[in-house]
Amino acid sequence: MSFRNYVKFAKRNIKRTPFQAAAASLSMFSAFLALIGFLLISIGLQLTLQFYESRPQVMAFFKDGTTREDISAIEDNLKGNYQVTKTKYVSKEEALQIYKRLNQGKDPLLTELVTASTLPPSLEISTITLQDLAPVAEILKQEPVVEDVVFPEDVVSNLSTATLLVRIIGGVIVGYLILYAILQILMIIGFKIRLKRNEIETMRLLGASTSFIRNPFILEGMFYGVVGATAAWTVIYIMLWYFTPYIQGGYLGEIRLLPPNPILMLSLLIIAILLACLVGALGSFGATRRYLRI
Amino acid sequence: MAYGCWKSRRDKIVVSLQPMILFDKVFKKFGSSTALDDISLEIKQGEFVFLVGPSGAGKTTMLRILTREILPTSGTVTVDKIDLTKLKNSEIPKLRRKVGVVFQDFKLLDDRTVFEQVALALEVLGKSDSEIVKAVEHTLKLVEIWDKRNLFPRQLSGGEAQRVTIARAVVGKPDIVLADEPTGDLDHKTAWGVIQLLNEINSWGTTILMATHNQEIVNTLKQRVITLKLGKITKDNTEGKYE
Repeated sequence: MSFRNYVKFAKRNIKRTPFQAAAASLSMFSAFLALIGFLLISIGLQLTLQFYESRPQVMAFFKDGTTREDISAIEDNLKGNYQVTKTKYVSKEEALQIYKRLNQGKDPLLTELVTASTLPPSLEISTITLQDLAPVAEILKQEPVVEDVVFPEDVVSNLSTATLLVRIIGGVIVGYLILYAILQILMIIGFKIRLKRNEIETMRLLGASTSFIRNPFILEGMFYGVVGATAAWTVIYIMLWYFTPYIQGGYLGEIRLLPPNPILMLSLLIIAILLACLVGALGSFGATRRYLRI
Repeated sequence: MAYGCWKSRRDKIVVSLQPMILFDKVFKKFGSSTALDDISLEIKQGEFVFLVGPSGAGKTTMLRILTREILPTSGTVTVDKIDLTKLKNSEIPKLRRKVGVVFQDFKLLDDRTVFEQVALALEVLGKSDSEIVKAVEHTLKLVEIWDKRNLFPRQLSGGEAQRVTIARAVVGKPDIVLADEPTGDLDHKTAWGVIQLLNEINSWGTTILMATHNQEIVNTLKQRVITLKLGKITKDNTEGKYE
């Protein structure tokens, strides 16, 4: 029997039980809504983490009167002893430019009252790993010319924890939902097999092979999976586009996460469809094994 | 229906010496009750054989063994040189494609038209759409039900439904047709129509094994009659007599 015939039989099965088809697709939709959602949150957190990691991670602000030579000596010392990848000296004038840029469009008094002499020169230091941040900050704090040391220890640490938590919790919830979807498909296809018991018995007596009976059910399960996954992906994509101005403009600021990268979204769709096919096929295969005893 | 017409038709029947169905010392037990008790028989290719006997004699059990729905408890059963007792489950569909079955209760699918019921038998065989359309049209015309091709089973009379079952059983050109009480629930005239059809199918060389209670049909057709009683063959009458 050709693949076209399997499709024809599967189509007939779906058409004749529209409510069961809707229930199966909705079940897959819920599972994949959660799956794609958690994947996107996880990717977003990872990108945020990378954003923080890629920025100057330790900033040392120097006291007034510190010379460029003093700062260069500290710079050389750090480069020689620690996993420092990059250092950047920010003079008082550059600090003023940065300040003005950050406060552009805000209260004019904020920029008018501040001059280069009121801002300290600073040194921005990046390290290979996050673990190197704390020792670098400690060394800098001990330098007599250093006024203050700032590094986003909490942000990075919180983001790492959040990413890990999202991965674990998301994994558990998605795993549960996938299992639930497989069982739902198994139940619905099993129910359909029971409804069609006489038809299947007649087909067997006519000489239908195992694949002739089984494959349309497997295709049917895959169809529900693909419909559910595609619908979930579409809903999420539309929501992301709709909420981009609010989330990106209101919360994310410099961290450019939205609108989502189309290649990333397309890859997610392909992964979701492949996984949906697998889930649908597994559920249906289980049902045919259980109820057809083939 | 003039019964005499069968005689002229019988001249066309091709009976080969090749055994098509072979039962050798077959026993079948369901728990403590014996359904078949030491059955041995041979049916040749192209034969039309009636299987008669009271209810519970073992007729349906024999037919179910031939479609490999059940296995004998002991003994061997061969269909076209295939030993059914050694047949693997995966090979059963191949056997069933050689055997067309006509059921007393029709076993038609409620949600398919007459055309689709018959087409299903060919879809199972993996035939192409064009082959299916051609063969179904030919067979439905043969059983004189082509004009009802778009009707569903609930819209058919008993005789029409049985014709559809016969069409479905023979459309794939099986070597053997097994008919289990095909005239059981039909009126006299319709029953004869069904028998006429089976006889015509037999005239092409198809082996037919028909379980029936209908003494009139058996005695009129004068074909081989195997009588079963309590699972045993009590008579094997080639004169076509059912007493």
